[in-house]
Amino acid sequence: MERLTYLGVLVFIFFGSAWLEIALRTRVFRRWKRLLLALSVPVVVFVIWDIWAIASGHWAIDPDRTLGIRLFGILPVEELIFFLVVPIASILSLEAVRSVKGWPLGDEASR
Amino acid sequence: MTYTQIGILFVVAVVVSDLLVLRTRLVTRKGFWVAYAIVLFFQCVTNGVLTSLHVFTYADSAIVGDQPASDGPPPFFGQGRIFFQPFEDLLMGFSLCLLAMALWIYWGRRGVQRTPMSGPPIWRWSGRVPSTAPSADGPGPGGARDGEPTA
Repeated sequence: MERLTYLGVLVFIFFGSAWLEIALRTRVFRRWKRLLLALSVPVVVFVIWDIWAIASGHWAIDPDRTLGIRLFGILPVEELIFFLVVPIASILSLEAVRSVKGWPLGDEASR
Repeated sequence: MTYTQIGILFVVAVVVSDLLVLRTRLVTRKGFWVAYAIVLFFQCVTNGVLTSLHVFTYADSAIVGDQPASDGPPPFFGQGRIFFQPFEDLLMGFSLCLLAMALWIYWGRRGVQRTPMSGPPIWRWSGRVPSTAPSADGPGPGGARDGEPTA
């Protein structure tokens, strides 16, 4: 069970934000092409940073609290999931605030 | 370069991208800061759990604070730590979220699935109608969702 520690936190982040899609009608997953385009740059940039930082010894991730699957032999798979789940949660939060408050964010039609 | 230096560099680079490259200017929007405040709260909770359990450990030479001995959690606050996290994690979190949000707005503005816009919340049936729809929505249950334009 200990090995599911990190994955468990990721599951919490995902479901802790995904309910906004239904309750606040954020329509983020529904606009999945736009979502994939938005995710593609950060996931690549931050995965490269992460791999470099682990290789340089800046930080380490406990093998006893992760699944043990390491991409490129170095990056725990949880880290890749992190760089997908966290940007999705941020975009959901952004659209949730717009859903409730109606404040403009710069992509409205009448610009 | 240390984690501290790279973190600061990333924040600067992403803010510059938001203002001058993508020109999304999210950092000038109230909605962004409220959304970031929500993200920051949950970052402190979730990353606080992970750092206090030593899922992540950091080299002394890479961060401002010192990595404590492995038998106890790092300081809750102080020695470069905020809710157990090295403050550098806040730099990474901010740059990750701002970059993703700015790109989301960027692609929407370029016309990639700009609509259907978000909202209204499910408890607000007669609330804000998406600005592009002069209302094809019926008041009936389930009618609103599919009545909106998709392009």
